[in-house]
Amino acid sequence: MHSNLIPLDKLPVGRFGKVRKLTAEGISRRRMLDLGLIYDTTVEALLKSPVGDPTAYEIRGAVIALRAEEASKVLVESIP
Amino acid sequence: MGLTKQSTGAGTLKEMFRVETESPSDIVVSLAGNPNTGKSTVFNSLTGLNQHTGNWPGKTVTNAQGKFTHKNNKFILVDLPGTYSLLASSVEEEVARDFICFGNPHATVIVTDATCLERNLNLVLQIMEITNKVVVCVNLMDEAKRKRIKIDLEILSELLGVPVVGTSARCGDGLEELKDLIWKVSTGAINPTPRQIVYDDVIEKAIKKVEAYIKDLIGEQMNSKWLALRLIDGDVKLLDSIKDYLTIDLAGDDKLQELINCARSELEADGISLDDLRDRIVSSIVRTAEDISSKVVSFSDRLHNELDRKIDNILTSKIFGIPIMIALLGVIFWITIEGANIPSSLLAKGLFWIEGQLTVFFRWLGTPAWVHDALVLGVYRTLAWVVSVMLPPMAIFFPLFTFLEDSGYLPRVAFNLDHFFKKACAHGKQALTMCMGFGCNAAGVIACRIIDSPRERLIATITNNFVPCNGRFPTLIALSSIFIASAAGAFSSIAAVLSVLLAIILGIVITLSISKLLSKTILKGLPSSFTLELPPYRKPQVGKILVRSIFDRTLFVLGRAVTVAAPAGLVIWLMANITIGDVSILAHCAQFLDPFARLIGLDGYILIAFILGLPANEIVIPILIMGYMAKGSILELDSLAEMRDLFVANGWTWLTAVCMMLFSLNHWPCATTLLTIKKETQSIKWTFVSFLVPTITGIVVCFIVAQGARLLGLV
Repeated sequence: MHSNLIPLDKLPVGRFGKVRKLTAEGISRRRMLDLGLIYDTTVEALLKSPVGDPTAYEIRGAVIALRAEEASKVLVESIP
Repeated sequence: MGLTKQSTGAGTLKEMFRVETESPSDIVVSLAGNPNTGKSTVFNSLTGLNQHTGNWPGKTVTNAQGKFTHKNNKFILVDLPGTYSLLASSVEEEVARDFICFGNPHATVIVTDATCLERNLNLVLQIMEITNKVVVCVNLMDEAKRKRIKIDLEILSELLGVPVVGTSARCGDGLEELKDLIWKVSTGAINPTPRQIVYDDVIEKAIKKVEAYIKDLIGEQMNSKWLALRLIDGDVKLLDSIKDYLTIDLAGDDKLQELINCARSELEADGISLDDLRDRIVSSIVRTAEDISSKVVSFSDRLHNELDRKIDNILTSKIFGIPIMIALLGVIFWITIEGANIPSSLLAKGLFWIEGQLTVFFRWLGTPAWVHDALVLGVYRTLAWVVSVMLPPMAIFFPLFTFLEDSGYLPRVAFNLDHFFKKACAHGKQALTMCMGFGCNAAGVIACRIIDSPRERLIATITNNFVPCNGRFPTLIALSSIFIASAAGAFSSIAAVLSVLLAIILGIVITLSISKLLSKTILKGLPSSFTLELPPYRKPQVGKILVRSIFDRTLFVLGRAVTVAAPAGLVIWLMANITIGDVSILAHCAQFLDPFARLIGLDGYILIAFILGLPANEIVIPILIMGYMAKGSILELDSLAEMRDLFVANGWTWLTAVCMMLFSLNHWPCATTLLTIKKETQSIKWTFVSFLVPTITGIVVCFIVAQGARLLGLV
């Protein structure tokens, strides 16, 4: 197991992460896959909404906002 | 039955999809693509105003079709719903997939976004698995150029195996070439050989097990490899569609089911569960897209999105995000209110001049006085009132709103407000449907289609009425100006805007509370998954906005309002003019409602005005004035001061004004909106709930305010 895996919602704004694992199931998992969140995809945390949730991420050239509940089901390896 | 359907083939299918062909030689072309790729711009540029919209059979998904001619051929362009994929099984994806599979289009155009090609290739690759008659349109080439993104269209076409054309649909670039390619592909002059996705060996092996048998069953009607994989993946809805459109019952075919199970257990033996299978399928598609994209796209400016990020940092910032949003909304209302005044009174003058001419005409005809009164003072005058009050604000509001929509700001509103909607167990996109409701609640209800989850869509539909529409602004503005803002002197127009803003914020708070209440009671459930794309900002195109918002929204809404206002005018006139024992029916009703109305801070006439105002909220104040003056037809007082005197003479205090404003904000939706809800939900029950929820809320809120104020001795 990677020791430095963090849920995507904990990735600080401005940092990049590489997708390592999806824990979402069913429709929500399908949606994430369709966004291109497959193994090794690089994701950047771009900005948080005024209240801190949801957060917008850059995924494969598109800007997608995810709620913390969803983002927590994507485990990423933070890239220094 | 089954046989006839099968034998008549495509002709019947076109009817099932409601494709309106005029002759058998018409060429049917479907238009697919991700949302936000300018797909509708391509559609509009190709078809001009030669289009019509309806619904897909049995679905609340918009079905737009248009026509164009090229090289003496007639083309019918069917605009499919914008989707990112055909795998995730939302209604939109089902509609798009079914049309490509079973609608037998002669060609399918896939519109992609040049600034974000890799993500768009996902859908392209999936569609190419279903059909080979594909033209890829790489749109927004001008945006890409501005962001210094270079795309090699020739290599892209080579790698995909299908014709590719670069367009900038907004300025019309590349459209002729696109038409040419559509023509060539649909007539068979070009026969594309799309690149097929290669899956992992184990999956390809599993597909082979099922593919041959499927080919025996369905022949050349569908791509059997693609279908085999879909069935192993467990796509039950596709089985239903095949049964509906091709009348082949694959679910009942035991041998097929056996083969599928066999393929699945072999995958299982290789350690691949159904979830893993899905991951691997998608991964293969995404990797292929990534690979192609890396060979054709080059960025000469890594920071090409920097400007968008800077704008986003301000518009969604902790400190400025929400204030900017409220300020923008305030500006739009201010422009709408101020700007509508003059055209409104000009229109009223014009329409009442026509009324005078109508009177002359009726006299000349020599009809009895009551016929003239019922038709001219009842029907016509109500119509004139609705048009003159409603048209100018809508003609100003909708273009402004469409402007925000086109610039890409609205998704940011949903982004800013999502947290509050999540707390209310509702969907962030409800914020967008609410914004639409400011223009017209019926339009807001239709906008609820953008919410995927049925539960959250219903919540958004039922609560849409809590945001005041254009029809209710005049009431709110008039009452706040004469009872609240009159104290503000020179700043009265600003005070009026502020109190309307306050009413709106109250409406939003009520929306959220009631959404939460619904989520905890009759619409129990947890918030569904939420993904929202924040598309790049784009310079809106003023001319197109004007045309689109006036034709699509303003005239549409106005048309509906006029059809309900005309009969209502007659009823109101009759009620005010037929007397029982010297007192009109209107007065009788008002007296009957008076005791209850007083409990909630209103009086009988106000309540009856709201009830008779069911057809359109704009006529509430006119009916009220008519009732107070005991005069038989709707009229307009010359000044707000006269209106104030009239109201005060009828026992009004500031509390009456506040309660009427509150009741205006919270009462039953107008008839147009109710009809729309009925159409969208396909359910009388939910239409009734949508009627009751705001009505009960209004009664409770007004009761508390009225009794509270009286108890505290404020009046």
